[in-house]
Amino acid sequence: MDMGFLMASLIDGLLLGFVFGIAAIGLTLIFGVMEVINLAHGPVIALGMFTVYFAATLLGLHPYAGVGLSAVTGLLLGILIYAIAVQRVIGQPHLSSLLATYSVNMMIIGIGTAVFTASPRNIEFSLGSITLGPATIPVARIVAAVAALLAAVALYFFMQYTRWGKFIRAVTDNRDAAELVGIPSNKVLAFSFGLGTMLAMFSGGLIATLFPFTILEGGKYELKSFVISVLGGLGNPMGALVGGIIIGLIEGLVPVFLPTTWVLVVEFVLFVLILLVRPTGLFGGRAS
Amino acid sequence: MKRSVWSFLLPLLVVLAVGLFPLVTQKDLHRETAFTLLRAVALAASLNIILGFTGYVSFGHVVFYGLGGYVAFYLVAVKGWPFWAAMLMGGVAAALLAYLIGAGILRLRGAYFALVTIGVNEAMKAFIYNFQPFGGPTGLTMNFAVYKAYGGPKAVLWMTYYWLFAIAILLVLVTYWIRTSKFGLGLLSIREDEDAAEVMGVRTARFKTWAFTLSAFFPGLVGAIFFFRNASIEPHDAFPLHVSIESIVMVMLGGQGTVIGPLVGGIGYQWMRVFLLTNPLLKNIQLAVAGALLLLIVLFIPAGLVGWLRRRFPATRRFLL
Amino acid sequence: MNVLLRTENVVKRFGGLVAVNQVSFELYEGEILGLIGPNGAGKTTLFNCINGIYRPEEGRIFFRDTDITGWRPWRLAHMGMARTFQIVRPLAELTVRENVMVGAAFGEKQMPLRQAAKIADEVLEFLGLAPRADQLAGSLNVAQKKRLELARALAAQPRLLLLDEVLAGLNPTEVDEMVETIRRIRERGITILMIEHVMRAIMNLSDRILVLNFGELIAEGTPEEIAQNEEVIRAYLGDPKLAQRFALEE
Repeated sequence: MDMGFLMASLIDGLLLGFVFGIAAIGLTLIFGVMEVINLAHGPVIALGMFTVYFAATLLGLHPYAGVGLSAVTGLLLGILIYAIAVQRVIGQPHLSSLLATYSVNMMIIGIGTAVFTASPRNIEFSLGSITLGPATIPVARIVAAVAALLAAVALYFFMQYTRWGKFIRAVTDNRDAAELVGIPSNKVLAFSFGLGTMLAMFSGGLIATLFPFTILEGGKYELKSFVISVLGGLGNPMGALVGGIIIGLIEGLVPVFLPTTWVLVVEFVLFVLILLVRPTGLFGGRAS
Repeated sequence: MKRSVWSFLLPLLVVLAVGLFPLVTQKDLHRETAFTLLRAVALAASLNIILGFTGYVSFGHVVFYGLGGYVAFYLVAVKGWPFWAAMLMGGVAAALLAYLIGAGILRLRGAYFALVTIGVNEAMKAFIYNFQPFGGPTGLTMNFAVYKAYGGPKAVLWMTYYWLFAIAILLVLVTYWIRTSKFGLGLLSIREDEDAAEVMGVRTARFKTWAFTLSAFFPGLVGAIFFFRNASIEPHDAFPLHVSIESIVMVMLGGQGTVIGPLVGGIGYQWMRVFLLTNPLLKNIQLAVAGALLLLIVLFIPAGLVGWLRRRFPATRRFLL
Repeated sequence: MNVLLRTENVVKRFGGLVAVNQVSFELYEGEILGLIGPNGAGKTTLFNCINGIYRPEEGRIFFRDTDITGWRPWRLAHMGMARTFQIVRPLAELTVRENVMVGAAFGEKQMPLRQAAKIADEVLEFLGLAPRADQLAGSLNVAQKKRLELARALAAQPRLLLLDEVLAGLNPTEVDEMVETIRRIRERGITILMIEHVMRAIMNLSDRILVLNFGELIAEGTPEEIAQNEEVIRAYLGDPKLAQRFALEE
């Protein structure tokens, strides 16, 4: 076996794993707080890509400034989505929240296709690449991975030490009890949905600096987020980061032994098996 | 409350009205429209068995449709089987898959079950993509000569239409039987409270598995029919997740857990789609409009049209089942 | 007298907590056996072990001379065991009659639907729910839901009926009605094991009483013996509110 190819492939996968992980954290955070599987996650990721694209082409912003703009937009958009579609189905049967968020998915894709068309976009952007031993890695990937990791660390400190972070953890733990001690749980839910959406758009923005995309591109990453979240334990944000790394490594490792098209087979079979054998994931999540 | 005979006749009449229309007019366009409606009705009515009666939200309905389609297509196009036998095998393959995975995945509840069904569909799609006997990523195409044996492409379009019509009628009979049988009462009790049902003596695991298996058999048949007349099949056409979701929407629109609801929902949804697609103003954003409508339904009439009528006007329960 | 149900050293743990500890008792055919104890004593957990919701870690349970330890609830239902839940669990979107039909159709007799409907109507008549038969179960009030729980269990025509606080949440008139109903159920030859906090009622109804405290069986005897048992009174003093109720009602 070509060790150089293996190394390069693994490093590449690992770096992408952080970026996938941060999108999955958004999904799993929302589930943890309100037990809603957000089926609008993919389109939101795609919106993150388009925000960076238009920030660059229309406003002339640097792509990384665009990623920041995308994250802020995500926070607001998430709160909006919560207010319109999610708020009323909290605590309802899962079918309601699944369909409510899917309706948002349809609206974003519907309008997005009409406005942006389905043609692929590409951000003209390169930071060159560096050579690490046998592997040549584009710098943009390293930046994206580091940015994702920093975001995860920031989220961790936010959740541990700030007032609203503690509110979120309290509501995740027990909404009724949190309400009893005076935590405004509806606002916390809205904010959490915003935060989850923010992470999704942030991740989408980072992906846009690496690959070409269309409005439909988010679907792929939504499915990846499902796999990663389940791997790390649904509702467990830090588990999702590790899940992202695992998926990244799988994506790096599998093509060394099998045709690339087998990656998805491995991922989804793993996904189904984890749900069957250990539905709370590798690191424990919200109990089923 | 004595159940009126209309509770059985109404759903049957709905399907007969749609199905017989093109037989009367003999127009190709009408046949194609009716085909689309009956396909929607069959997908919704079969999904209703696991979703509406048993309360398990499956996003994997399309996996049975795709698998049935592939198996039947392969048997006809590559192995030279007669269509009816291949179609039956398509249904059997789908049912078998459901039976085999059912025991495992039906232990999961709520969102976890929904997620695992998405996973099964995606895993199957990715696997077929790599499965050479089924043509891998490019799929399979039908040799035109195959159609000759059935009297040419036009005759195939009619023949497959008859099959679909028959399946839709069969589904009305099956769902009516379920709703009024002891099996169905067991399923409904599982939907309402699975643990309480088991304490009352319902063999929940077995009931769920059979409901899932039955629910999977029909999309297997429908997939076989659809792709046979389509003359080609490839992974992305066979397993699109949005068909699963559309099926859920149709069930929900009409009223989950009722016999007539999914029929009304299927027809209503397809009618709305055609209306949106042909409306010059809404054509480009038809998906967004459909999404907005879905949201309104979920938020304001989650029981669906028939469910809402049954609740709002209890007298309708005699004939709306 | 024939033993209908027997437990031998049943133990159920949750993590480090021993919810039921070495509980052994016998229940005779035709009797009403009361199960009392302070909150958290493990009464409902013991019920859940008996009817198969939990599998005990240790010990054995015999029902109708068969070792049923670890059997699933549906199998026990098929053997003639029925129960009610402390927190009512109506099948909300089904009618009251359909709820009761589930009990009849899937119990020991495995009746066809037509027969189950007939039994359901009889049971609903017996419990005074007949006028509500076509209503959705979710629309009943609490007292009616309690009776519906009982109706579902009765419709199975069980040999053993486990009642988990059927009197809780009822007003005094309703309590009296329910006590009378339970007596009439016993007259039909159904053996009853009941958890109850309403002391007046359980002292009145029971032939014998078991007392659980911290998962252990601390006393067993006739209502009179239990009322004078030192250890029982001490156990309840750990729970002042109940002790007071115990004293007042006696």
